[in-house]
Amino acid sequence: MPPATHWIEPHPSGIYVRPADAWIDPSLPRERALVTHGHADHARGGHGHVWATRETLGIMALRYGTAEGTPMAYGESMRLGGVDISYIPAGHVLGSAQIMLEHAGERVVVTGDYKRRPDPTCRPFEVTPCDIFVTEATFGLPVFRHPDTGSEIDRLLGALHANPDRCVLVGAYALGKAQRIICELRDRGHHDPVYIHGALERMCALYTDFGVEMGELRPATGIDAKDMRGAIVISPPSALNDRWSRRLPDPITAMASGWMRVRQRARQKNVELPLIISDHADWDELTDTIAEVAPSETWVTHGRDDALVHWCTMRQMRAKALALVGREDEDEG
Amino acid sequence: MRQFSQLLDGLVYTRSRNGKLDLIADYMRTALDPDRGWTLAALTGNLDLKAVKASAIGDMIRERVDPVLFEMSRDYVGDLAETVALLWPKHEDQPAEIDDGSLTVGAVVERLSSVSRAGAPAALAAMMDHLDASGRFALLKLATGGLRVGISARLAKTGLAQAFGLDIDEVEEVWHALTPPYAALFGWAEGRGDRPDPAGTPFFRPFMLAHPLEDGTVDLADYAAEWKWDGIRVQIVGTGQETRLYSRAGDDITGSFPEIAEAFSGHAVLDGELLVKGEVQGAEQHGGSAASFNALQQRLGRKTVSAKMLGDYPAFVRLYDLLLDGEEDLRALGWTERRARLEAFMTSLDPARFDISAIIDAPDFEALGDIRAGAREAAIEGVMLKRRDSPYVAGRRTGLWYKWKRDPLTADCVMMYAQRGHGKRSSFYSDYTFGCWNAEGELLPVGKAYSGFTDEELKWLDRFVRTNTIKTFGPVREVEKTLVLEVAFDSIHQSKRHKSGLAMRFPRISRIRRDKPAAEADVIETLERMIS
Repeated sequence: MPPATHWIEPHPSGIYVRPADAWIDPSLPRERALVTHGHADHARGGHGHVWATRETLGIMALRYGTAEGTPMAYGESMRLGGVDISYIPAGHVLGSAQIMLEHAGERVVVTGDYKRRPDPTCRPFEVTPCDIFVTEATFGLPVFRHPDTGSEIDRLLGALHANPDRCVLVGAYALGKAQRIICELRDRGHHDPVYIHGALERMCALYTDFGVEMGELRPATGIDAKDMRGAIVISPPSALNDRWSRRLPDPITAMASGWMRVRQRARQKNVELPLIISDHADWDELTDTIAEVAPSETWVTHGRDDALVHWCTMRQMRAKALALVGREDEDEG
Repeated sequence: MRQFSQLLDGLVYTRSRNGKLDLIADYMRTALDPDRGWTLAALTGNLDLKAVKASAIGDMIRERVDPVLFEMSRDYVGDLAETVALLWPKHEDQPAEIDDGSLTVGAVVERLSSVSRAGAPAALAAMMDHLDASGRFALLKLATGGLRVGISARLAKTGLAQAFGLDIDEVEEVWHALTPPYAALFGWAEGRGDRPDPAGTPFFRPFMLAHPLEDGTVDLADYAAEWKWDGIRVQIVGTGQETRLYSRAGDDITGSFPEIAEAFSGHAVLDGELLVKGEVQGAEQHGGSAASFNALQQRLGRKTVSAKMLGDYPAFVRLYDLLLDGEEDLRALGWTERRARLEAFMTSLDPARFDISAIIDAPDFEALGDIRAGAREAAIEGVMLKRRDSPYVAGRRTGLWYKWKRDPLTADCVMMYAQRGHGKRSSFYSDYTFGCWNAEGELLPVGKAYSGFTDEELKWLDRFVRTNTIKTFGPVREVEKTLVLEVAFDSIHQSKRHKSGLAMRFPRISRIRRDKPAAEADVIETLERMIS
């Protein structure tokens, strides 16, 4: 008897929860949307009513203006059309959640994006046993094994201290990665002001409002280049090699992303200092999590679903690929 | 291994030459012996561990990783060594993704040089368990040879010289007296030992170079004129027992041109131009029979040379100068005396592989200008003017030698595509592909240039590209075909590589022709008439 397939349906544009008449992370505007986290490939504008964590609603309001939304606290439960729905920490970015759905004696957990290693800006992932586990697989190839974050941050600081006349420009996704890098730097004892690209300002302010302490941040615009010597500057990846960066004092170009593990990927982006820091689970985290959750079936939403499905199949675990559209923004890795 | 793997990573990601030199120098100062010596050997292509073949690496990983996952990974990553380095599964009791520090470069080299081919995979696997991903990559590259970190042997030696405040030419002089792991070299560099004695080894001597003759004239009573041949400058160093061929940068290129070294058994050091034989007009007049640089390009950058290559593109050297005759150093003598010694030396050489660069006989400078203007032969780049009393000194010395290049050819072309530059220019669209019109009114690419403009012009061109982009293909932007660029180039040749059938030599942007409509740019046929 295949579990749960009669009330939850994968579609290219999202996962439809039939009894609740609601969509999880829909890529098209829907009347009722359950949103796991604030990244643009999961949270879109234009929905009728949104259920998400308070932080995610805040991020969506910042990006799309106000939308009708019901804040969901982690662990709190609500009932929609006979489905019990609750939000569980996913450890991906501020406010990110797995969505747990219970109906007709079956439990489904949708991870959205997640990671297992510590992140000072958000609550850690919680393992929740379930019947159907709907997982991401952005880094679903065994070549992706992210090293210890502390050692990557140390390499960044090492480059900074070895080049007092230059600055280190770190390309980091504006939501989540940028703030995490700043917090990791603080945890590693770096308390100098960090300069940020204009596109990061509002998101950093939102993080601060939610209680994430990032120390002194300064806008990188309107500052004399020589004042940024020996400093860390953070920008979105798209600004790394663009006109914006010409204002900086001979920057060492760094990029914080799980993709940086592959040399050619770093070289293509003209990155001199690749930092393997990811907000997604690496291969070991993906497979360990499936083993811990021990679902009767695993669905893979996006990423290298072929490899992860193969891994499950080799272990006599049921798995299938959903091939959701519009996911996997590479800058975000 | 950690310091070594960090060095390799740094060399892979660092774009600037100075940045690479700093990395090498820093490593050479701080790494221990004999590790740094083996590293220097690997960087200069002098480390050959024959036991490990690429197939051993594939076999090693298939024993440990699901073959489907391995193939998917390899498809994604591309490079075999990198794939294996990244997905290597450590044992439960090994620290994950950490180089535990138990392996040194010296230990790796020792282990791999004593192991049999059959034992190599197991020996390699045991070492892999102690390293992180960078270390495993470095180990596999070291084991299979060919680090591929984008640096030449010369750059590695320059980094070493920089580390200890040595003169790179001094390092080159003693180099062939040394063997890995170069204990004597480091002893000398750190002031702990004597300078290694290069006597009897075929070492490189720095070339004498020329300044461009800008607008001035010279008196032919003081200067001799000869053709500037468009090949590659080489130095032949023979000890009587051994002969080596060096490029202008001091890289050993003997292996790329084995026929030259085989044909030379003398005891001397000669300066000349390496060329490929060809049929050209005016051969007798200029002492010619050299093909264009295009033909020579077929022979460049090859580690091994097939018999077909040797037959289709036979190389020879046109000699310019004699630096040492036997043990006698002629470099302090004037050019006239050296030239006489060279002419005498020629009689001992195989005429199929060596000839002498002819002196241009001109009554005065004006007449020489006419001769230069009339020489359109492909293998001639211009004229060299050498002071008759000039000693042979390293580098460019004012007033001794001048190069007087032919006036460049020019064509009005239309910008078609643009690409970002590297390093300081990575935020600028600074590499331009341009084209000319064919008979059907289509634009076909004829070349690519990334120099010749001022910083101000670059800013303007960058803005033009950004505001006139019609399509993007990854890093490349296609632009509106509206901007005419006057392109200067030294010569133009037929080429199968481009759809237009043409290839330019040294193309650069000489002017931005904002005034000229694109429709009035040159046609392909005009360019074809410039083929020399």
